[in-house]
Order: sequence, then structure tokens, then C-alpha cells
Amino acid sequence: MAEIVTMLALSPTMEEGRLVAWSKEVGDAVEEGEIIAEVETDKANMDMESFFEGTLLKLLVEPGSDVKVGDPIAIIGEEGEDISGLLDGGGQAAEPEEADADEADEATQEPDEADEADEAKEADPAPDRDGDRIFSSPVARKMASEHGIALAAIEGSGPRGRVVKRDVEAAIEAAEQEAAKPSTPKKKAAALEPTSSEPADGGEQVSLSPMRKAIARRMTESWTTAPHFTLTTEIDMGEVMALRKSMNNKLAAAEAGLKLSVNDFILKACALALREVPAMNVAWGGDHVVQYDEVHIGVAVAIDGGLITPVVRHADKLTLGQISSTVRDLAGRARDKRLKPDEYTGSTFSVSNLGMFGVTQFQAVLNPPEAGILAVGAVVQKPVVQDGAIVVGTRMEVTLSCDHRSSDGAVGATLLQAIKRLLENPVLLTV
Amino acid sequence: MPEILFREALNQAMVEEMERDPDVFLMGEEVAEYNGAYKVSKGMLEKFGPKRVVDTPIVEAGFTGLGIGAAMMGLRPIVEMMTFNFAILVLDQMINHAAKMYYMTNGQYSCPMVLRGAGGAPGWLGAQHSQSLEAQYAHIPGLKVMMPSTPHDAKGMLKAAIRDDDPVVFIESELMYGWKGEVPSEEYVIPIGEGDIKRQGTDLTLISWSRMIHTCLEAADALAEQGYNVEVVDPRTLRPLDEELLFASVRKTNRVVLVEEGWPFASVGSGIINRVQRECFDWLDAPIEHVASLDTPMPYAPNLEKQVLPDVERVVAACKRAMYVD
Amino acid sequence: MSDTLNTTDLTNEQLVEAYRRMLLIRRVEENAGRAYQMQKFSGFCHLYIGQEAVAVATSTAMRDDDYMMTAYREHGQAMSRGVSADSVMAELLGRKTGSTGGRGGSMHIFDKERNFLGGWGIVGGQIPLATGVAWAIKYREEPKVIVVFFGEGSLHQGVFHESLNLASLWDLPIVYLCENNKYAMGTEMSRISAVSDLRKKAVSYDMEAAQIDGQDFFAAYNGIKEAIDRARNESRPTFLDVRTYRFRGHSMSDPATYRTKDELTEEQERDPLGFLYNALVELGAATEEELEGYDKECKKEAKAALKKAEDAPFPDDDSVLDYIYVNP
Repeated sequence: MAEIVTMLALSPTMEEGRLVAWSKEVGDAVEEGEIIAEVETDKANMDMESFFEGTLLKLLVEPGSDVKVGDPIAIIGEEGEDISGLLDGGGQAAEPEEADADEADEATQEPDEADEADEAKEADPAPDRDGDRIFSSPVARKMASEHGIALAAIEGSGPRGRVVKRDVEAAIEAAEQEAAKPSTPKKKAAALEPTSSEPADGGEQVSLSPMRKAIARRMTESWTTAPHFTLTTEIDMGEVMALRKSMNNKLAAAEAGLKLSVNDFILKACALALREVPAMNVAWGGDHVVQYDEVHIGVAVAIDGGLITPVVRHADKLTLGQISSTVRDLAGRARDKRLKPDEYTGSTFSVSNLGMFGVTQFQAVLNPPEAGILAVGAVVQKPVVQDGAIVVGTRMEVTLSCDHRSSDGAVGATLLQAIKRLLENPVLLTV
Repeated sequence: MPEILFREALNQAMVEEMERDPDVFLMGEEVAEYNGAYKVSKGMLEKFGPKRVVDTPIVEAGFTGLGIGAAMMGLRPIVEMMTFNFAILVLDQMINHAAKMYYMTNGQYSCPMVLRGAGGAPGWLGAQHSQSLEAQYAHIPGLKVMMPSTPHDAKGMLKAAIRDDDPVVFIESELMYGWKGEVPSEEYVIPIGEGDIKRQGTDLTLISWSRMIHTCLEAADALAEQGYNVEVVDPRTLRPLDEELLFASVRKTNRVVLVEEGWPFASVGSGIINRVQRECFDWLDAPIEHVASLDTPMPYAPNLEKQVLPDVERVVAACKRAMYVD
Repeated sequence: MSDTLNTTDLTNEQLVEAYRRMLLIRRVEENAGRAYQMQKFSGFCHLYIGQEAVAVATSTAMRDDDYMMTAYREHGQAMSRGVSADSVMAELLGRKTGSTGGRGGSMHIFDKERNFLGGWGIVGGQIPLATGVAWAIKYREEPKVIVVFFGEGSLHQGVFHESLNLASLWDLPIVYLCENNKYAMGTEMSRISAVSDLRKKAVSYDMEAAQIDGQDFFAAYNGIKEAIDRARNESRPTFLDVRTYRFRGHSMSDPATYRTKDELTEEQERDPLGFLYNALVELGAATEEELEGYDKECKKEAKAALKKAEDAPFPDDDSVLDYIYVNP
């Protein structure tokens, strides 16, 4: 019995997808679970699996076509089977496989939003086009608008994450406190105002990609709702650089196909430090704090048109080599926009490294709802005082941004101390 | 201010208006010699005689229609329903005749009549005698509907109803006839369509009327102990509704819980909620909560009856939902 | 012969006037039916053709300040009280110049100036109201009477019985006038009433009752006058079973298939207009030429009323919310 393959919802918010390419041709045998097509969703390019086993009898859409979720795209059946009935009355036979679509939906939901999304789904079966609908109460909208605050910048505390009056009041208060600071009063207010849509001198408006929108929303939300504080320290990287060189030489000689980066050491150090200081391995939950049991490190990766933060899961339990190959794989697929949703969600702490650009020090914006993100500068040779003499030192500055709602200065400093200690004694990262 | 019973306040209103205007008379079952089934008309037969305080046979539609005809002639009948459960029999007379008279005659005839009596669930009376039927009248253009919650309001509102030139349905909570409250000794009238803030507050607006006002006030006390400052608004007249008073309160507090003794569907409460959400949409911080009787005929057994009627716990819980603090 | 024909206390002039009024009702109703069929108005339209003697005999027996109330076949009764053909026709067409300004319609004609209290559309619903009017008359100790009309179809409604009981109990000055045209819509009386002698309906209320031939103007006048006098002089109610017949269907949509052509023809031979025409001639109250002349006048008046109604404006759009409340 031939089956109609329909477009699946490959992201929680996908309404239609672009069929980028077929992975199979008519006549090919298809196993259940085998990839049959590549589909571009609103989030990423995804592989689409077949739920059926048999022979690919017909392709119903051309590569490059946009197909609504649930619409037929192909027919799989037994070789030589008559499928004219399916093609004629496609409507009846092509009932969207709702249960399957739901499963796919759930499987791709971001873990920390799964509950809310479930609720939202009950109330509003049609997900919003680009997934950035903000639930808010009418008076919250009114107040936010009157105070020039973007709703996207406010974390909702009501049902389904609804932004309610008290959330806006808190945001107004925060904005007022910020404005009261002598250094940046104007700048802050201006940041909250929508900017003029007119290009300054004859430039052109570039419409926002879904990724750009998501970054804008999440970063605005983070910057305006999470009270950031930053702690900077300088780390002696001499031993790491020496150990790395030695290890890489040996790995090359052994043709292990592995080359460790400085960042791999930093990730490992952060992961172990978070084990030591679990108070920084937390997330702000509105009226509670989430204490994570596991350490998953998000690694900011610059990609075309923005950035994404793939996650190195259980980084504390991985060897430097495992971390290295994991990051390499994730970063590579991130650049190809081929990450699966569960590969870029669920981190408990993040690391952003701009050292390769020669940046020596910067401050990163928190990746909500995480309590911390480490901004890593370049490793540089610089004069340092050692035993009363000026010598050439190998140094790196790191800056930890913390969410003051869920952590405090001393806690952040303790984490920074642990990272510093681990990196200055890198043998600890190898055992 | 002297404290008197709810029934005494109603009695004073009728007596004063009958003394003031010879066109006013009282008619109904047991209103004269028996002094009223709930003693609201106590002493009135003695004072005004059988011409103006008239016992009727048990024919609600008949004597209500008679009242409407007398009102068409310019008299001002007060027609008493022993309870509004029996007034279901007079709906044709009230809706097809009283409510239409002024409009259908192009203003030639009007119907200055009051249909008043006991409503609500008094307890232990089962399904046919425990109903809040104000929606049946509040739905009808041409009728006015008033439901007092205190002796003070009862007196001032009934005097306004008797003086009004339109048909007024005046429903009194049967349970409250024996409740006491302060009533001024000097003359006063509470205009039709004028609501009252029974308790000032800032965090939430409780809208209710009749006996449920007291449930709301208790709930407001309970919430005050938990740090929430709840406003209790009593429209008093359900048609025409004092919308401006309600809207102003809602725009101040941003949250609304409507409490009524009637059933939830197609009720006065749902009508008010519709108006509030339309007119105050941009001021709302939460969906409007609606606390009403359970959607069932009234059971007899007290444990079941208690479940059906709105109580302080249900009101408090609804308030907390509306304030996002449950 | 002429001495015994007129059994009433009415003069020849009064009889001629009554005839002219019946004739006007007939011609206006005929024009109303035509206007309806020409779709100049729609909705319900219940014509009074065949029953004219009942209303006119009643109005002739009433004083000007007495009250009349009725149901929805009321164009004829309104005109019997002096409501003009213009006013009735304009109301049928929903015009501003109608008796209720286009707010009431065919079923709801009211005229306060003439104590014509409508015009009510719920079968039997007006009976307690009329009882209340009688109550008010008595309350104010006025020497007035109300006659309330209803069809025999309403005799089984609860409020009819409730009202008769109250009126008798309280000695109210009212005449309950049942226009018995044999059919409640399409249902013949014997199929819905356990008693054929409707006077029995009043017996349990200890109320005077009479059966009257409503097609015989003199009999109708005498019977109704007696009841009105009883109400005025003794403040006692009366129930009247007035036998009449409508020559048209219940309403414009009724082809009246429930009765035979023969029955209709037989009844039409007892046309109240024909009866009074012959009587007037026989009495020497008017010549045939005079009576034909009246008919021409009435036809002209009815046609003119329709024309005026057509030319009259509809009520103002912005008046839709007027008259809901006296004190809004």
C-alpha cells in the first residue's frame, strides 16, 4: 500500500519549508528513518526522514519549492504499484499525518521552552510564522508602548510567558534606574527607541533574516532584563601554550587526526570550574532559579549573517580531544546551517572567544536564561613582572558577564578564580 | 444613623412613596392581610386600606398584566412577586407588553410600574425556588433592572424605581431580608443607573451586586490580609448599567473578577464582561475572571448547594488568578 | 316593517354614519390587501373584511372617552374609533405619518387621542392589560368603560381565565368581547374547545355572558350596548361571544383551504354591509343612490390614503433608539 509523504514540521514554529534537495531518486529503495530530502526551515536546513519503507515511486515537488507543512511531497510504496488512485484523490489519502507531525514538533522543541510551547499549542494551534510572537496582556502592551520599551525586551512571568503589567513595571523601573546613571543616560534610552527606518545616506533597507530577528530579540531581552555585571581577570597561558604545543606534536606524530585549540582548553577549564562552583551553573526562571545538574557549554560561532551557539554537552566529562572534535563538527555544521535544534539549545553556560580577531578584552551579552558567559580575549605576549623582574609573559584576559538576578559578584569571582587556576595548571585538564 | 432591616428599608420606601403619590399602590400574593410572605409590606394594609394594598389570587401573569394595564393609564403599581421563580410566568407580560409599550406606541403610552420581589438562593429550597433570574430581564430593552445589596441602597433605589416612568424590575435577595444596615432617617433617593464603590482598592476590581457584594467584601478582606488591595464595585442597577463607574475602576486596577449568583452562560455577568473587555481592553492585565453558580439546577442537600453557589474561597482564587499570584 | 327593523336606540343618521364607517373599513382593507400583494409592504397583515359590524357597533355603543383595546386584526377597530384611513394606511406602509410613526406596524396601531389602546400581537396577551385599564378606571372612580377584543382562539390561554376571575372578583367595568370568527388561524373552533357554547367560559367566574350575531348590526349593537351599560352602571364585567366571519384568510399568506367555498359563499350572503345597506334602504334612512355615493367616497378615500402613505417618508433613520425609555 503506497503512502504519501508529507512535509513535516521540522521546527516547532515551521509553517512551510523549502525543499532544498531530494536525497533519493525515483526508484530508490527507502528505509524507514532514512533521509529522503533536505528541507530549509525557518531555523535551519534540516534532513527529512522517511517514516515509510519501500520504493520511492514519485516525487511531487521540485527542489526549490516552498511546501506547507502537511502537504504531500512524495509517494513511497512497492515497486510497480499503481498509485494513480493516490494521485487523483490525493486529498483523501493525503490527510496530513497529524500524530507524526506532532511528534516531530515535540522532538524539535527547545527544551527550556517546551512546557510553554505545549500550552501555547493548545491555545493557538497555528504557531506564529517566525516564532517570535510575544504573548502580553493588553495593559502591558499599552504601558510598554507608552514608555517606549520593546515587549521583546521583557521576560513575561504570566501563563505561556505572557508579559503582564508587573513585568513592564519592572522593566520601566530598570530603565529608569539605568537612565539615572550619569554615564549612559541618553544612550540607554535611545537603545529602547525604535530607530528611524530611513537609511542615513542613500543606503538600502535590508530585511531581517529570521536569525537576525532572533538575535535582536534575545539580546535585547537579555540586555534589558538581566542586570549584567562583569568581572575581568588575566590568566597566565604559558603552560597551556606549552602543553598544547607538546600534545599537538605528539598527536600529529601519531596521526591521530586531532589538533587541540586554545579554546578547547578554555572550554574544558570552564566546564570543570562550573563543577566546582555550581552556583554559577544556574538559570534565572522569573520567580525561581534553575540549578542545572549537568554542564553544557555553549560555544558562540560566527556564521554568515549572524551567530549561533552550538552546545558541547557534558563538557566536564569529555576529554580535551572529545571537546575538540565535537566543537569542530558543530562549528562546521553551524556554518552550513545544518545544526539540529537540540544541538544549539540547552546550554547552561556560554563561552565567546574573539581572540582570533586580536581582541584582547570585551564584554559579552548573556545568553538567557544562563547566569554567565565568558568573553575570551587573545593570548598575547606582554611584559610582566615576575620575581621582581620584567619578563615576557604569555597572557590572556577573560571577562565573565553574570546575571545579577541569579548570581553575585563573589560567586562569579570564585568561578573566575577556578578557571584561572585550572588554566594555569593545565595538567588538571588532562586527567 | 439608625440600623434597620433590609425588609424594613423596602417597607419604608413603599410607605413613603404611597404617602407622597396617591397613584402608587401595592398588589400581589399575601401582601395585605398576611403582611407579605416575607413581611416586607407589614402594616401597609392598615395604613392604606384594601384599595391600595391588594391581595391577589395566585395568578402571576394575570395580576402583572393588570398592573401593566393600570400603568398604561398612568397609575404606578408596585406588583410584588412572592419570588422571582414565579415571575417566569409573567415574562410574556413583562417582555411582550411592558417592555414594548413605550416604543411600539411611538411614545404615546408608557408603563411606570415596579415588579419587585425575592430572588436568589435562600438555602434548602431546591431547584425551583433557588434561582437568580435577573438575566431574563436585563436582556430586554425597555425594562430597567435594579438589585440592591444593602438596606440603605434598597430604600433609595426602590423610591427611584417607584418614581420612574418606565417598567422597573426590582429583585431583592431573599436571604438578605433579615440583614441589618444603616439607613438615614432623612429622605433620599438613589437614581436608577448609579452604581457605587463599596470598597476602594487599587489592585483588582470585583464587580458584583445583590447578596454577592457581601461575598466580595469578605473576599476583599481576606485578600487584604495577604497584601492585596481590592476594589468592590456594585452597579446596583443592571440595566441601564453605570458603565463609566465600572470602566473607571477597571482602568485603575487593570484586573477584573465578576461575581454573580446566576448561572455563567448568557448571564448578566457575561454581558458586563463583554462590555468591559471591549471598552477597557487596553487596560486589562489578565483575562476577566467570572465567578458564577455552577451550571446546574440547584440541589437540595446543603453540601451540594454549597458547591453550586459562589463563595469567598472561589472569589479569592479567581482574584489571585487575575493577579497572577496563584 | 320599518318600525320593527331598527330595534336600537339609534337614529337613522347614526345608522347611516355607522354604515359609512363600515364601508370605509371595507374599502381601506381591500386597498391594504392590494398594496400588500403589490409588495408595498410586507410582514403580517390580518384583514378585517367581513367583521366590520362588530367594531362599528361597539364604537357606536361606546362613549368617546371609553377605551378600546384589541389584538392584531385591528385596522377596522382603530377606524371604528375614528383613527383615519390615512393614519392606518401609513402605518401599514411603515411611514412616519402612521398612527405609531412606523414603529408599530400592521399589528400595533395605537391612538391615545381616541383612547384606542392597540394593537397587541400575542394571542390573549392584551386581556390582562385591559383588565388593568378597568382596574385603573375603578381606582380613579371614573364613569368609563373598556371594551377588549380578542378572537375565540385566545379563550384557552391562561391569562384569559385569570383576567375574567379578577374582573369578576373585583367588579371591574370591562366588556370581554370575543370576536368569534370560527377559525383560530386554520383551526375550527370545535377542534379546540371542549364547549361549543362559549358563554360557559364565564360561568365559573360568575360573570354575565351573551351570544350575539355580529353580522346583524342591530343585534350586535344591542348586545354590546347592554354589556357596556352594565360595566358603566354596575361596574360589572360581561363576556360576549360575538359570532362573525372573516371573508379573507387569517393573514395575507393564508389561502384558507380549511373551509369550503360553499361555506364562504353562504357567509358572504350574510355580509354585514349588505345587511345594513338593505336595512337603511328599507328604513328609508338613505336611498340606494346615496349609499352608492358613499361607497364611491369611501373608495376614493381609501385609494387616496394609500397614495398619501406611499408618498410619505419613512421614519428618520436616527430615530431608531427613540422611545425605548421615558427616562433613558
